[in-house]
Amino acid sequence: MKAFTYERASTVEAAAKAAASVQGARFIAGGTNLLDLMKLQIETPTHLIDVNHLGLDRIEKTANGGLKIGALVRNTDLAADKSVRQDYAVLSRALLAGASGQLRNKATTGGNLLQRTRCPYFYDTRMPCNKRKAGSGCGAMQGMSRSLAILGVSDACIAQHPSDMAVAMRLLDAQVDTMGADGAARAIPIADFHLLPGDTPHRESALKPGEIITSVTLPKPVGGAHVYRKVRDRASYAFALVSVAAVFGKDGGARFAFGGIGAKPWRVEAADDAAKSGAKAVAEAALAGARTTHHNDFKKTLVERTLASLYRQQEARA
Amino acid sequence: MKFDTPAGINPIDKGRVVGIPHDRIDGAAKVTGSAPYAYERHDAAPNAVYGWIVGSAIAKGRIAAMDLRAAEAAPGVLGIVTHANAGKLGKGSMNTAPLLGGPQVDHYEQAVALVIADTFENARDAAKLVRIDYTPEDGKYDLAAESLKGVMPPDSFGTPADTKAGDFEGGFAKAAVKIDQRYTTPDHSHAMMEPHATTAAWNGDRLTLWTSNQMIAWGVGEVARTLGIAKEKVRLVSPYIGGGFGSKLFLRADALLAALGAKQVGRPVKVAIARHQIPNNTTHRPATIQRIRIGADKDGVIDAIGHEVWSGDLPGGSPETAAQQTRLLYRGANRMTAHRLVTLNLPEGNAMRAPGEAVGLLALEVAMDELAEACGVDPVELRIRNDVQYDPEAGPQRPYSSRKLVECLRAGADRFGWDKRKAKPGQVRDGRWLVGMGVAAAFRNNLVGKSGARIGVDAQGKVIVETDMTDIGTGSYTIIGQTAAEMLGVPLDQVIVRLGDSRFPVSAGSGGQWGANSSTAGVYAAAMALRAKLAEKAGYPADKAQFDDGLVKFDNKSQTLAALAGREGLWAEDSMEYGDLDKRYAQATFGAHFCEVGVDIDTAEVRVRRMGGAFAAGRILNPKSARSQVIGAMTMGVGAALMESLEVDTRFGFFVNHDMAEYVVPVHADIPQQDVLFIDELDDKSSPMKAKGVGELGICGAGAAVANAIYNATGIRLRDYPLTIDKLLKAQAA
Repeated sequence: MKAFTYERASTVEAAAKAAASVQGARFIAGGTNLLDLMKLQIETPTHLIDVNHLGLDRIEKTANGGLKIGALVRNTDLAADKSVRQDYAVLSRALLAGASGQLRNKATTGGNLLQRTRCPYFYDTRMPCNKRKAGSGCGAMQGMSRSLAILGVSDACIAQHPSDMAVAMRLLDAQVDTMGADGAARAIPIADFHLLPGDTPHRESALKPGEIITSVTLPKPVGGAHVYRKVRDRASYAFALVSVAAVFGKDGGARFAFGGIGAKPWRVEAADDAAKSGAKAVAEAALAGARTTHHNDFKKTLVERTLASLYRQQEARA
Repeated sequence: MKFDTPAGINPIDKGRVVGIPHDRIDGAAKVTGSAPYAYERHDAAPNAVYGWIVGSAIAKGRIAAMDLRAAEAAPGVLGIVTHANAGKLGKGSMNTAPLLGGPQVDHYEQAVALVIADTFENARDAAKLVRIDYTPEDGKYDLAAESLKGVMPPDSFGTPADTKAGDFEGGFAKAAVKIDQRYTTPDHSHAMMEPHATTAAWNGDRLTLWTSNQMIAWGVGEVARTLGIAKEKVRLVSPYIGGGFGSKLFLRADALLAALGAKQVGRPVKVAIARHQIPNNTTHRPATIQRIRIGADKDGVIDAIGHEVWSGDLPGGSPETAAQQTRLLYRGANRMTAHRLVTLNLPEGNAMRAPGEAVGLLALEVAMDELAEACGVDPVELRIRNDVQYDPEAGPQRPYSSRKLVECLRAGADRFGWDKRKAKPGQVRDGRWLVGMGVAAAFRNNLVGKSGARIGVDAQGKVIVETDMTDIGTGSYTIIGQTAAEMLGVPLDQVIVRLGDSRFPVSAGSGGQWGANSSTAGVYAAAMALRAKLAEKAGYPADKAQFDDGLVKFDNKSQTLAALAGREGLWAEDSMEYGDLDKRYAQATFGAHFCEVGVDIDTAEVRVRRMGGAFAAGRILNPKSARSQVIGAMTMGVGAALMESLEVDTRFGFFVNHDMAEYVVPVHADIPQQDVLFIDELDDKSSPMKAKGVGELGICGAGAAVANAIYNATGIRLRDYPLTIDKLLKAQAA
């Protein structure tokens, strides 16, 4: 961990301003990912701005029937929130599929969106990694890539986005509310929030320097059966090989988003159109353009199988 | 005391304290945080500073140059140890590669420097500033690719690489039913809770290491050998150990570098190997490739059995002896086993819980399942038919000291409800789950070793035991306390047990499941000597005196221990040594594992639904801690079957998934109900305790029972561990 300076921000505006004015500044909330990365010097911020006291910890109904979730609402609190459980159950289920109780107690809504990949080459600073060190190469592509992404990848990077929560947010068409260093608010659709690696895998979000997430807003609830299915190497406390967030409507329609397979939380709207044709068709649409390695090509099959399992479950309920 | 004839009736047989379930006597200290572990010896070395290990960034080659200037100038840095300033170092006889590398580098993450600073954070940060230029060399990292170059290794722990009996090739060729399969197991990491850690302090030319080590006397010898100092100048203290599983059998880099660092900076230094460094810096269980051939008649009775094993290690290293159990477990006149060792430049391979059997049975017990199916014989019945009451390589002249495999199979099957298993795979469905049952035999050698102890009674009548035996979470404190209590006729709470200090008599240590039986036998020997002294002081004949209720009794007379001990206390010391009973008799522990799994019909996720096992391991000294050992080992078996694997990057020559997020071991949600039954057994040829080891038996075969249950559920036979979703899906598609 490199030495850093620290301040506790008292207003959102001050936090954003401070972040823009100090080179190498980072916000810190739960710290469940950032601190680990700092210990390994994968992240080396010069200045930390503690945003835990900005009061962004409320969950409120919006005027048009949606839900506004403060950026600092803890994962545990969000998963347990009554309106989330009632109207956005897929989000609650996704949250509870992630990490452990202890981590969820600390991890925040805004921080979760920004968590970084679990690619093992990203984590070992002696290995090449374009995401960690631009231009150093990719250790994973010809190496161990079993857990890594097959969609949205590039020649520079095949890292997967590890979040469960963000997959549900993507499914629900959330919008990420921010405030810039200039004090201007902005709303970023979640589809545009995470960047694909392209030639610049070190750039992971649409946030500008100093820009801070203030809340995540969900649109009106989507009725239907909300499910989140996470397939992994053990029963709990592991990152997804494949996860599927879905809402099945009464009319046989459905919408889907995927974790574990994408460079970012993955959703293909065209896959939703195939919902009535079943798991195979949905998988085919969702996996369009997939690029696999010898180690992770099973994920294509696993996406289809996980979908098949969800369909089977829906049929059993009907 | 020498144990060279089978034990008769002795004081342990009273069974007042030994054999009764007891909570661990060190439990309160552990759960309240007052048990001091190696990295927390503020009490013993209050002014310790912190060392951080710099590990090599290459797997093989040389250090061309080191630039320490930036690190030395960093805040709080007090010193840096490297090969250039450490002085001449020897190498421990049990270390394959030097613990401090340079200029030659032997494996990835091999320690090449220790940065010492006033705080942990300063040491860790400054370590990042050590600049090293390497000249890499090509290495070998791919076991499968190198396996043809395997050579016959020298004897390992007194057992030969190859064995033969009868005519295997001839017997196999004419067998009515033949199984010939290849199995692989990956490299495993011990993943014990406490990392390797040491606090070191010099007092003049005397060195004290508060460390986390399973084998105190080995450690003393290796420290002396490596530093080139007399053994008498070295003290190892290791009273509490947060797990070892074989990873802490040896001197490792934390202890050596803490000693070198403390010398350089002139004050105590503490070093822990960081979690992400452990898989590549320390030892691991080596991967294996195994070929098993079994020839049987149509009823499944084995005539020929052959087991060949390939594994790799650094130059000068040792093989994974995975064919060990195949020499002893089943009948058959025609037999062969062979181990071949391949040179690999991966980190050092070495012992991990039940070395040999743990992975050997992952192959053999699946082969037996395949044989059962080929013959149309129930897998439990098949194993019963192939039971043998003597060492099948040596013949009937070397019988087993005790062998209750058949009893374990029968009792275990009965408790588990094995009769409900459908022989044909893929027949049972429960919702989204395909359900299957599997069985496997458990087998682990019983090793005995010389072990000493000192035992005394103080003026209050308290009994005190001192031995350098370690408790690595197994429950040694408690069984040693029970043994002393039984021998001297006092309740367990009247016994004080002190362990893990090289100032105490040398014990057998903790490893190879030899610790419990051997160390308590050492306490037995010392206690017999003390009983004689007490009886003599009381004026009673030693062989007739009774020890009950804190009294020494004879002929309606009695005196209290406290009175006999007097103000000075009374002490005795002895050790138990062994004759040739383990040569004349095959000695081993046995069991039967049963497992029920569910396999998701779509995703191929595997969930263990229940496990059960029956085990025969001589006298069970403390049924509570023995059960804990067995269920922990069964859990590790599930890990080996379903998820644990160090993934080798054959380009860079290292284990890629070197942290606990990526090297997955079972969590609570993976482990359902586990039922453990101990079969009554006293082994009078093992020791006066009539006990055998049990700490490793539970992992032996557990994973194979899982694999066989997966086959029974799905009809998919996988032979490459771990049996992960990707492999199941591929096999399904094939």
